[in-house]
Amino acid sequence: MIETIFPILYILAAAGFIFAIKWMNSPTTARRGVVVGEVGMLLAVVGTLLRYEVVNYEWILIAFFVGSAIGVPIAYIMPMTAVPQRTAFSHACGALAAALIGTAEYYSHTPHGFVMAALALETLLGFLTCTASLMAFGKLQEILPGRPFTYPGQNFVNLGVFGAAVAIAVTLVFAPEKMWLFPIFIALSLVFGLLLIIPIGGADMPTVIALLNSYAGLSASAMGFALDNKLLIVAGALDGSSGFILSVIMCRAMNRSFTNVLFGAFGAIQSSAKETKEERPVRSASAEEAAEILDAARSVVIIPGYGMAVAQAQHKLREMYDVLTRHGVDVRFAIHPVAGRMPGHMNVLLAEADVPYDRLVEMEEINGDFSRTDVALVIGANDVVNPAAQTDKTSPIAGMPILRAHEAQTVMVIKRGMSPGFAGIPNDLYYMDKTLMLFGDAKSFVTNIVKELGTATAS
Amino acid sequence: MNKYEIAIWIFMLAAFLGFELIRRVSPLLHTPLMSLTNAISAIAVVGAILITGAKDATPLSKTLGFIAVVASTVNLVSGYLITDRMLKMFKKRGGEKK
Repeated sequence: MIETIFPILYILAAAGFIFAIKWMNSPTTARRGVVVGEVGMLLAVVGTLLRYEVVNYEWILIAFFVGSAIGVPIAYIMPMTAVPQRTAFSHACGALAAALIGTAEYYSHTPHGFVMAALALETLLGFLTCTASLMAFGKLQEILPGRPFTYPGQNFVNLGVFGAAVAIAVTLVFAPEKMWLFPIFIALSLVFGLLLIIPIGGADMPTVIALLNSYAGLSASAMGFALDNKLLIVAGALDGSSGFILSVIMCRAMNRSFTNVLFGAFGAIQSSAKETKEERPVRSASAEEAAEILDAARSVVIIPGYGMAVAQAQHKLREMYDVLTRHGVDVRFAIHPVAGRMPGHMNVLLAEADVPYDRLVEMEEINGDFSRTDVALVIGANDVVNPAAQTDKTSPIAGMPILRAHEAQTVMVIKRGMSPGFAGIPNDLYYMDKTLMLFGDAKSFVTNIVKELGTATAS
Repeated sequence: MNKYEIAIWIFMLAAFLGFELIRRVSPLLHTPLMSLTNAISAIAVVGAILITGAKDATPLSKTLGFIAVVASTVNLVSGYLITDRMLKMFKKRGGEKK
């Protein structure tokens, strides 16, 4: 009886996951999506617990309890700025689970042929995603230096380690009884994960996190092949393709290829390129002047970047948005696809600060409007507004799609100083005649602007 | 068709379905989307339960399975909860305010 029910539960679970992702296409249905996703997962877990193979429950229940005791606080305590880290950590957990299951399965059944191949793939992807995600977590949390770290021959070392892991995997598929090879295989997979992230800098994190998301999914899918479980195959494939698409979107938004992101160590190469440049004059302005210009404008487009997240300026920015909107100024936010440390990072931060989501506009939609915009206010963004990406063919970011802030009537840039951005590329936007540099910490500068706007209303 | 062939068919169709579904998600929601798919990848918990609860589980596979259940539960619980927490924040202009 039970045996006829659990396939139905699995099918319903898979349908739940599909609807969950489908309903993510709009903010109005997205929360419903989470609910069906949760129901799907519940059905999957219940369906599995009911299977006749499962006879011992005590350890499973203890593990559920321990896992929830760790997971629930993470979900509620983590601030929204830390969402990229949390996601990386979560990837590490999921991948670790897949890898350990593969390992346990190998030692208890020593499968052959197709199943062994799936198992090897599951274990390889699982372990490498686990250490890679932990490295990404460390870099995002700034436990580890965020700068890319490169050394000569890095790519050869990486490919060598990966090649060795694959070679052992292939050997194991044909001769699974060579048990002594398996620990070496595990070690190589773990090391490869570490090596993969060492040369990755902060600006490439959106692509890498998406890619790790994809690997974690593919690992679960491979587990489905190994255990002959179709629900795992479907859920893993959905996750795998999702992560893959997101990383492709991120790469496109930087006009770079996958191999370039993974093996190019962006930022390290260019930092020495144009260091000796003569001092060029810039115009700067005070908060009072900035407030006056903003208040007099009809349309303002704010361009946030990772610097806004670092300075935690989003709440103050929303206050400024409120005051300006009350004064009849049309204020919108232009979101570059790779702004921040994971796809969509800026949207989440601004939504947290209560900025209505219909004010958050994608790059393609808003780029045509800049020439009709009175003020473009750049806050904590740099490379995504660098006109050199379109004008200078030799620039390291040549061809990268940018927000065309330089077409606005006036450009204001909140920045700590004149140091070049992450990629170390000088930005001509700062030296334009219509550009005003607002030097200072993003949060305190916006606070001052809000204060000035307030006094202007009172008088 | 043997079962491996069926499995590969299923994988291929699910992957294409995934591509088509994700392409329609607005960049606005890319972060919650990634959290959600991350939570879905916690489906590894199914495999972890099968390993841990099996009749013939050796102490080694029981230990590994136990850690796997813990890890995937962390992934599952925090993934779903934080996705919902994020989505709660997305409000339209003029929507009801507390």
